[in-house]
Amino acid sequence: MMAVAIAGAAETALGRLPHLSELDLHVDAALLALADAGLSLEDVDGVTSAVHNPIDVAHALGVRPTWFDGTSVGGTSFLVHVRHAAAAIDAGQADVVLVLHGESRRSTVGRHPRPIPADGMMGQFELPFGVYGPPTMFTLPYLRYAHATGTTLEQLAAVPARQSEWADGNPRAARSTRVDVAEVLASPVIAWPFTKLMCCMVSDGGGALVLTTAERAKDLRRPPVYLWGAGEAGDSPMVSQMPDLTRAETFERSAAAAFREARITVNDVDHLMIYDAFAHVPLYGLEALGFVGRGEAGGFIADGNTAPGGALPLNTNGGGLRYTHTGMYGMFAIQESARQLRGEAYSQVEGVEVSVVQGVGHFFSEAATLVLANQEPA
Amino acid sequence: MVPLMVPASSMSLPVIDLDAATPVPTPTTRPFWDAAREGRLSVQHCDSCSSYLFYPRLACVECGSRRLSWVETSGRATLLSYVIVHMPAPGFEEAAPYTLAIVRLAEGPTMMTNIVGVEPHPENLVLDMNLEVSFENRGGWVVPVFTPVVEAGR
Repeated sequence: MMAVAIAGAAETALGRLPHLSELDLHVDAALLALADAGLSLEDVDGVTSAVHNPIDVAHALGVRPTWFDGTSVGGTSFLVHVRHAAAAIDAGQADVVLVLHGESRRSTVGRHPRPIPADGMMGQFELPFGVYGPPTMFTLPYLRYAHATGTTLEQLAAVPARQSEWADGNPRAARSTRVDVAEVLASPVIAWPFTKLMCCMVSDGGGALVLTTAERAKDLRRPPVYLWGAGEAGDSPMVSQMPDLTRAETFERSAAAAFREARITVNDVDHLMIYDAFAHVPLYGLEALGFVGRGEAGGFIADGNTAPGGALPLNTNGGGLRYTHTGMYGMFAIQESARQLRGEAYSQVEGVEVSVVQGVGHFFSEAATLVLANQEPA
Repeated sequence: MVPLMVPASSMSLPVIDLDAATPVPTPTTRPFWDAAREGRLSVQHCDSCSSYLFYPRLACVECGSRRLSWVETSGRATLLSYVIVHMPAPGFEEAAPYTLAIVRLAEGPTMMTNIVGVEPHPENLVLDMNLEVSFENRGGWVVPVFTPVVEAGR
């Protein structure tokens, strides 16, 4: 069991931020999270970032790191960084690590290019067929899942509708109003059966976490968020090569590792975040993590079990579908988990002690899972 | 310049600018694209464990053998999943809406493709339906696409 905690957590402003480059967003987030933790730049010896080289980021911030990680596996990178940083802290290789994210997805200021090489496998065997980014690739397995499980279009539409209840009125949420199933279904078709409101929005923003030993975190100004367990898993980088279109097999493996390390079962989980770039991902996630049986996820969400007042609060910031989505949303899923465990969320759930964050990279290609808690592991 | 063996189909996607979607072969993948240009759908077959492989590899992902041969497939496939794209990729604007699909070849591997020859409507796109390969010349590049098989007696 790891003795590592999140001692500081913060998000930048969100939305349209044309005055901040991606590099600036990393720096802004880092300073906010350090202030939250009550630490300063000179305390930091480790830095992580995705897409952007962690040394570029550290230098812009004014840190000379002796430990760094630039693992770039899409939106779940930051969950992976937490796992790697915790191992490094546990091994004594680092003391205070900043896990950083900044992305100018909407304003594209100082945006690091993310090319798909024409001589790569995706460039050769997927792009020639009119693929256009995640809305056409991430969504592609869904009809097979619906066919295998009997999930209905109305149940798919219930995912953003139910999540909109959590974000209702939140001034930081990009989509801060309630929508119902009919409105979701009536929004413009992007890639049938997916409509606009079944797809995440695009925004600018950043976020940062300060990780250190549990011992040190206890002496700092904020309540520690303890890392009980973590896992990561990878499979096909191409959606067309997924071994089973109806299962998030990477989620199954990363979650099993995290739950095993944390010594918990689904019955111990008070609060859950499942990276929801598109409406079907929470359906796959609930099944993969074992919260529901095969084919039960659609009904489980539609019936309100994951909405305010339900037994399993899910994506309580509204998720990538309602709150924000900078492109690599995983950072914001961790942030909401930390807020719930510290008791400071906009839609705060009563009595959250154990929270699970399930991240996804690209199109089910990579996954990572964190088990977080506001008490030290037993 | 290799002569184009495959005429553009009358039911092809009207693709206008393929800069972003023209593949560049590597030595390992070139036999696939050369075969497509001649109207053949070819994949690798492992001489050691008899697996069929797609996309092209240097070695078999099942057993690690480097003894791979290129074989022509039956051209038959079934429809695994799809979306109907209404927000088209650059160059595909005039084709929208179009069907982006994952199919399973009779030999086992899966691949991304387009379903052509039918209107892109869910009523025409039944999962597990039988498909057969055809080839489209898109701006000088020949890609394998699939059409529904018209079953005898229907």
